Amino acid sequence: MIPLSWYMVLATILFSIGIYGFLVRRNIIIMFLSIELMLNAVNLNLVAMSHYLDSLRGQSFTLFIITVAAAEAAIGLGLVIVLFRNKKTVYVDHINELKG
Amino acid sequence: MPTYLLLIPFLPLFSFVVTFLVGKRLGVHSHWLPIITVLISFSCAIYAFFQVKNGYRVNTDLYTWISSGAMTVSVGFLLDELTSVMLIVVTSVSALVHIYSVSYMKEEAGYYRFFSYLSLFTFSMLMLVLGNNFLQLFFGWEAVGLSSYLLIGFYYNKVAAADAGKKAFIVNRFGDFGFILGLFLIYASFGTLHYEPVFANVAQIATQTFTMLGVTFNLPTAITLLLFGGAIGKSAQLPLHVWLPDAMEGPTPVSALIHAATMVTAGVFLVARCNPIFALSMTALNVITIVGSITCLFAATIALTQTDIKRVVAYSTISQLAYMFIACGVGAYSAGVFHLFTHAYFKALLFLGCGSIILGMHHEQDVKYMGGLKKYMPITYWTFLLASLSISGVPGFAGFFSKDEILAMAFVSPVGAGKFAWFIGTIVAGLTAFYSFRLFFLIFHGQFRGTAEQQHHLKESPKTITIPLILLAIGAVGAGAFGVPAVLGGNANWSHFLEPVLGHPQVHPSHFTEIILMIISVGAGALGIFLAWQMYINNPGLPQKMQDRFPLLYRLSLHKYYVDEIYGFLIVKPMNSFSRHFILNFFDIGLIDTIVNGIPKLIGQLSGTIRKVQNGLVSHYLAYMGGGIVFIIFLIYARS
Repeated sequence: MIPLSWYMVLATILFSIGIYGFLVRRNIIIMFLSIELMLNAVNLNLVAMSHYLDSLRGQSFTLFIITVAAAEAAIGLGLVIVLFRNKKTVYVDHINELKG
Repeated sequence: MPTYLLLIPFLPLFSFVVTFLVGKRLGVHSHWLPIITVLISFSCAIYAFFQVKNGYRVNTDLYTWISSGAMTVSVGFLLDELTSVMLIVVTSVSALVHIYSVSYMKEEAGYYRFFSYLSLFTFSMLMLVLGNNFLQLFFGWEAVGLSSYLLIGFYYNKVAAADAGKKAFIVNRFGDFGFILGLFLIYASFGTLHYEPVFANVAQIATQTFTMLGVTFNLPTAITLLLFGGAIGKSAQLPLHVWLPDAMEGPTPVSALIHAATMVTAGVFLVARCNPIFALSMTALNVITIVGSITCLFAATIALTQTDIKRVVAYSTISQLAYMFIACGVGAYSAGVFHLFTHAYFKALLFLGCGSIILGMHHEQDVKYMGGLKKYMPITYWTFLLASLSISGVPGFAGFFSKDEILAMAFVSPVGAGKFAWFIGTIVAGLTAFYSFRLFFLIFHGQFRGTAEQQHHLKESPKTITIPLILLAIGAVGAGAFGVPAVLGGNANWSHFLEPVLGHPQVHPSHFTEIILMIISVGAGALGIFLAWQMYINNPGLPQKMQDRFPLLYRLSLHKYYVDEIYGFLIVKPMNSFSRHFILNFFDIGLIDTIVNGIPKLIGQLSGTIRKVQNGLVSHYLAYMGGGIVFIIFLIYARS
């Protein structure tokens, strides 16, 4: 039996990698992947807690999140493709027209 | 509420709306609807008159116009003797002027606009006389002012006309201010603005006083003088007469309808309508009589030397209106309204005659270039002669009966200023005859003094002009028949008819006095006509000699006693300089513009600094976000 704390540590590591990637990388696809990573870190946390507390709420919640994340990924990638077609770049530092 | 009564004002309103909206497409046919509607209104007015004669009265509210707290004002109609007479005056003159305008305004730009405004005016004037409360009277009062403004400035690209329109509007504002203060006082004293309860309870304020700024006023005197202030403005009495002569810049049919026959008599109508209140204040009656007398003489002396034919008639209008005020001042309201009635016809005839002459002379209005028009314009000549005889008070003509009734009533009146008014009135009767026949002789007799080109084109005006002239001439001669005094074998129908509304004069002259007074005033008139004949036909060099002998008097009269110049110096110039220096330069540009432009400038500078934060780089935004989250977490921990 793997203790709960291991899952928590793993989720924290994944979340931190996500934040790091999100803040540091300039490639919009990588940033997008980092967001997904953070999301899944949270999912992992939910599932682990659900198992630990012997309650199905966390797992069912996770299933919803995965469904929504799939839709979100589709839209997000669609936006990235449109952006690339128009700007010929995926680097966010080159996309800075929206400013005061 | 009977339908025919509703038709009287609302048909012209309908015609105004339709003609104004689609008149451009109707083009040269746009006069049909206004003429037909005003003719129907006229028929309804005649029907209403006979209904009233048979003892029928209407005093009904149509609907509630304003309801605010305890105050309710309705749109309502009152049909009584006074209203029925006014309805006939307004609709008949209006109908004739409509028909006359078809030729007179032909080929003018804005033909449809002219007719739609005429309809608007007719509607407003009818609302004014038909109202059963003071606020509706005020509504009509302002609406006729508006249509008067629109019609004076009809040739809006002519600077003089646009200025004259503005002048009329602004000068009337002074009077209307008094009028509306009077309405406030009436409402404060009676709690209603309807005529009926006000006049029924008028006795309760007879001795009331109120104190303002440490001065105690008699309530009836204050109300009546304020109302009379409005009447002074609208009826162009001293000191607010200056707008009426300038209003002659408008088309001549407008001068005939609005600035002679109907709108300017609204002031007289107001005083006559409110006679129960006026009767309470001897001070107010004296003021009215004195203002009337002075205006009467003042305007008549100006008319002696003017050379613009429309201006002569305009000053004559002011002078005749003053007669009506004298009548009201001495308590002879029915005589005043009688003069209003006869004056409407002979003065409209004089104006329309002037219009016919102006048309024949190709828009030449100066009498210096006329003369000898008799053989070219016979119909205009004869009708103008009849009107001049009527205004001069020649026995048998309409003006004779009404004017002599006023003078007789003034002579015997218990009002202090009555004798003074009679004296002035008699002198003015002579002056009136003189200037009317001066004008008449200068226009129609002697040698033609214009250019050969003008002489070549001289001809009688078309039928749509001469027929209204002939119809009005019938009125100018015959309108007096309604009020032949008992002393001349009549039965004074007029004053008996109006008695239920206007009351009975306190004192009647004896037949002997009346005859003597008549002889005096007719003698004055005859002397005036004789002098005019002497000076302008028999001995044409005489006017020049008189001018040289009395240069000061001549110049005073020619320049209208310099009233315009005095007002210009005392009011217009200080006002202009105040507006330019204080309001424009200091207040508008200095104060308002600094504030209005300063605030955006400040905001602009501030935001210029702040908006550098938003630089379009996502990574920076993310850093702000991260910083924000850390800050919020910190806050949460700090609190717990």
